[in-house]
Order: sequence, then structure tokens, then C-alpha cells
Amino acid sequence: MTTATAASDLRARQDKGRKTAQNREKWAQGRTYISAAIVLIWCLAPAYWMVVTAFREVGFTYDTSILPSHITLDNFNTAFDTSFGNHFGQALLNSVFIGVVVTAISLLIGVFAAYALARLNFRFKYLVLGFILGASMFPGVALITPLFQLFTNIGWIGTYQALIIPNISFVLPLTVYTMTSFFREMPWELEESARVDGCTQGQAFRKVIMPLAAPAIFTTAILAFISSWNEFLIASQLSSDKTQPVTVAIANFAGAQPNQIPYTAIMAAGTIVTIPLVILVLVFQRKIVAGLTAGAVK
Amino acid sequence: MATELGPTPVKRPASGGTETHRPPKGVGEDNRIKSQGKWATWLLAPTILALAVVIVYPIISAIVMSFQKDAGLDPATGLFVQGGPAGIQNYVNWLAQQCAAPNGGTVACPPGTLGGQFWSATATTFLFTIVTVTLETVLGFWMAMIMARTFKGRSLVRAAVLVPWAIPTAVTAKLWFFIFAFEGIANKLFNTTILWTGSEWPAKWAVIIADVWKTTPFMALLILAGLQMIPAEVYEAAKVDGASALQRFRMITLPLVKPALMVAVLFRTLDALRMFDLPYILTGGANNTTTLSILVINQIRQGFNAAAALSTITFVIIFLVAFIFVRFLGANVVEQSGATPKGKK
Repeated sequence: MTTATAASDLRARQDKGRKTAQNREKWAQGRTYISAAIVLIWCLAPAYWMVVTAFREVGFTYDTSILPSHITLDNFNTAFDTSFGNHFGQALLNSVFIGVVVTAISLLIGVFAAYALARLNFRFKYLVLGFILGASMFPGVALITPLFQLFTNIGWIGTYQALIIPNISFVLPLTVYTMTSFFREMPWELEESARVDGCTQGQAFRKVIMPLAAPAIFTTAILAFISSWNEFLIASQLSSDKTQPVTVAIANFAGAQPNQIPYTAIMAAGTIVTIPLVILVLVFQRKIVAGLTAGAVK
Repeated sequence: MATELGPTPVKRPASGGTETHRPPKGVGEDNRIKSQGKWATWLLAPTILALAVVIVYPIISAIVMSFQKDAGLDPATGLFVQGGPAGIQNYVNWLAQQCAAPNGGTVACPPGTLGGQFWSATATTFLFTIVTVTLETVLGFWMAMIMARTFKGRSLVRAAVLVPWAIPTAVTAKLWFFIFAFEGIANKLFNTTILWTGSEWPAKWAVIIADVWKTTPFMALLILAGLQMIPAEVYEAAKVDGASALQRFRMITLPLVKPALMVAVLFRTLDALRMFDLPYILTGGANNTTTLSILVINQIRQGFNAAAALSTITFVIIFLVAFIFVRFLGANVVEQSGATPKGKK
């Protein structure tokens, strides 16, 4: 065997090895893409189906073509139509109002608690943290019975405050919890510098920390608003036609005939409720994910 | 108590407020540490007060109510029942599925009444919880592993998983109600003629599938966040040492992601145990899809006090499950959420 053939033999073997490695790499990449496609379809297909159905004529409710067909905007009119006892338009306003008030109250009082939990050392810190976490896990049904009786007695059933106050019970812990983990990540050296420069702790908080904390507070506000927007259990029991939020309006959505479910109109209503939320979430995707997973891993 | 390794100078836990005189203001570290406890009290007071009003008061009120008799006509027997202290009768009635009898005692609840559904509702709740959380954990882990890889369009996938999460549960329930309609896409797609919401197991699966669809993304994101905390060098080192993919998963990924995974599983379990919106809208609780939360809601208008007893039982069940998780399975939520020093992203 000459050295030349030995060398080419070696090269061939190296090539083969490289090819196998490349093939394996390609195969792994291919598998990743297939899996990613499955995840995409799994997550988006049902939501897509809702939107497609929302734009379909009532007569073609059960049409199975994947692409939009028999396109109409009638369903959106039907969704806002009040002649069958639906109050979707009012419900949208109610949800926005309740969401804004609950978010504002929760942020206003939660931001101080989060600051204390993230920044200060004091006794019972972990007890307080545990209490707030426990509160966020609290089952809504455990609140609903006494509140139902209390609000019946004082005539609050069907008022806005009857919906806002219970919502605070789960939005506030969420707010404190999310903001605490955001606050831990902030560059607090700047606060120290402000203190060295002669600010009081309160001034340092207002003038240095608040502007820096604005994105964290904004993200928390979105999360708080979403959880208030999604609330159903308490609203389903304590609201009236006038004060019901969208979740209740959609759940009780009635059609022209009692035995015929107005699917396309419900899907249109669902689309209206969902699209702003989805846009909001996608625009602030990174911050939202950070807010959602804050605390779970850090 | 874990010490905080933040970027700030050394801090020590505040000592108790036994100081009678205040040292001169504005000088030194010690002064500030002492004032922190007081500061914290003021900053926390509004939150604690608000939670006391909206949570602690209702709990206590519910417990008090649960030991009272419901006045009014008994829906099962049609007899008038006087109010007044009931002792543990409400609890006994639920747990033993007893209803008030004409002679003033109790008899086994006739089938179909709410009182007779306690154990079946409990079983349904636990079935839903175990099946959905298991599926969500497995699927969520799989999704997280995919999203952790680098490939073109990864940000698209990461955005897409937020869509089911962003859709309100009430809308999700209606959407799946439509998908599972008799003439709906699910039957057409699989060429079946199942009355999904019309009989027991299809109805249960409809709830499970809808719940898994909605909440797996949340699980995946929590697990992904955990996966991203694992430094790549650990995998490199294991590869050099000749560890197979399976070995790397079992020996590195699982143990290192476990804390985040346990918290995610705990969150989801507690959430699933109080499941209400989805079955309530999707199936109306028919065909044995009534969860404990639905049973409480159905009971409210038939008697506050019995409902209060049932909601207290539900609360205790959820509390016990959380306790077991934290105590025996090592889901350290409080430490995860704060006490540990922050890690590198």
C-alpha cells in the first residue's frame, strides 16, 4: 500500500465521518423544525378557527374549508345586537372599567409592598411573602359564598364595587408578587448614589427608582389587567345585565332561537375580546414572559 | 434565612423595635437598618389591610357560616328548616352525602340532588387535576425543550405559545364548545360522530383537551425559563465526557430544572383544583364534569351556609395539597420567589 492510497483512504474516511455528522446535524435540525411546526399548529389552529368562523356567514357555520370562506361582517353586528338580550357592547365597557380600576388600585398599593419586599430587610418578611403567595393561590369559590351573602344583605349584587373588590383579592397578590421579582433585578446602586448625594430614601425612590421601574410597573399593569379581564367565577354570580363583564356576556350569549346556538356571533365576540389582548401580549412579549416567569425561577 | 446577595452593601435583618430613643438621623449604616422595619411596616400596611378585607374576612365569615343551619325550604324534602347553630352538621351532610329528612334527621341524599354529588365532584376534580397537570407537564416540557433550541423562527414559536394563554378562559370554553359541536370541526376532522358534551367520557375529555390547550403554554414558559438558567458549559462538559442525550437529560436537565418545574406544577395543580370556568361553560357540569367549584356555585342559591361548608372543604383540600407539595415534594415557592440571590440570565 502506497502512502498516497493510505492518505486518500484516510481522507475518504474523514469525509464519511464528517458527512455522517452533517447528516445527523441536518436530521436534528429537521426534527426541530417539524416539532416547532407542530407546536405552532397546536397553539394557533384553534384560535385561527375562531377568527375564521367569526367572519363566516351564519349559513356556513360548519364549513370546513381551512381558508376563510363566505366572508361577512354580519356576525360582528349580531354580537353587538341587543335585541336578543345580549349586552356585549355594555359588557366590553364594563370589563374595561373594572379592569382599569382594579389594576390602578392594585398597582397603587402593591408597588409599596413590592418595594419593601424586594429592598428592605425586616422580621416576618418570609411570612408576609408566603401570605401574599398563598393569597394568589386562593380559590375563588371560598370567597364567593360569604361575599354573595354579604352583598345580598347590603344590596350590592349587580353593582360595580361588588365586582371590583373581589377582583382585588387575586389581582393584588399577583401584582405584588410580579413587581417584587422585577424590583429585585433593578440597579439599586443608583439609589445608593442618590442617597450619597443627599436624597432621603423617599426622594431616591421617587426621583431615581420610579422612572427606572416604569417598564416593570407597566408590564405588571398588563398582567393585572389581563387577569381581571379574564375573571369569570365571581362576575358570573355577582353581576347583573348592566354590570356584567365580557366573559359573562360571552358565556351567556343567546341567539334568536333558544335551541340554536349563534356560534358565528359568539366567535365574533370572542375575537373582539381576544384580539386586543393578543396584540398587547405580542408587542410586549419579552416583558410579559419575564413577568409571568418571574419568581418561578429566580 | 438566606442572605441576599444583591448589589447593595451588607444588610442585616432588622432587629426588633425595642429601641426607646432614636439615634441621630442620617448617619451611618446601622441607623438605616433599624429604620427599615418601620419603613416596611408602613409600605406593607395597605396591601396587608386590603388582603385582610378581601380575603381574610371572607374566609372567617365562611367558616362561621358553615356552622349555621340554612333557614328556608329544604330543596330536597320541601320542608321548612329553621336556622340556628348547626355544629358540624353541614360538613357531615356533605361528606356522608346526607340530606335533611322529614323527621328532622338525615337520610342519604336522593340521586340528582347536590348533596349527593360531593364525592363524585371530588373525584372529577382530582381526575381533571391529575390528567391535565400530567399532560401539561409532559407537553410543556417538550415545548420548552424545542423553544430552548436555536433555529430560525424560534421567536415566532415563542410568540405563538402566548396566544392560548392570552385568550380568556370563557372564550376558550366557547371556542372548544364550537370545535366539539356535533357538526363541529373535531368530529369532521377525525370522521367521528361523537356527542362530545353529551356523555360522560367525551365530555370529560373535551374539558381536559381544552384545558391542556389553554394552559400548556404557561407551563412551557415556566419550564423554559428554568432551562435557560442551566449554563451551556455543563452540557458541553457532559458531552466531552461521553454522556448520551438521554443521560444528559436525566442527569443534568431534570435535576437542574426541578426547582422551577416543581413551582410550575404546584401553580398548575392549585389552579386545576379550583377549575370552574371551563367545565361550567363547556359542559355546564353535566355528565359528571361537575367540579367542586361548580358544586359550590350550584349550592349558593340553595343555601349559603351549606355552600360555605362546601367551599371551606374545598379550601382545606387545596391547602392540604399545597402543603404536601411544599413539605414533601420540595416545591419551595417562597424561596424561589425571592430569598435566593438572583441568577444570571
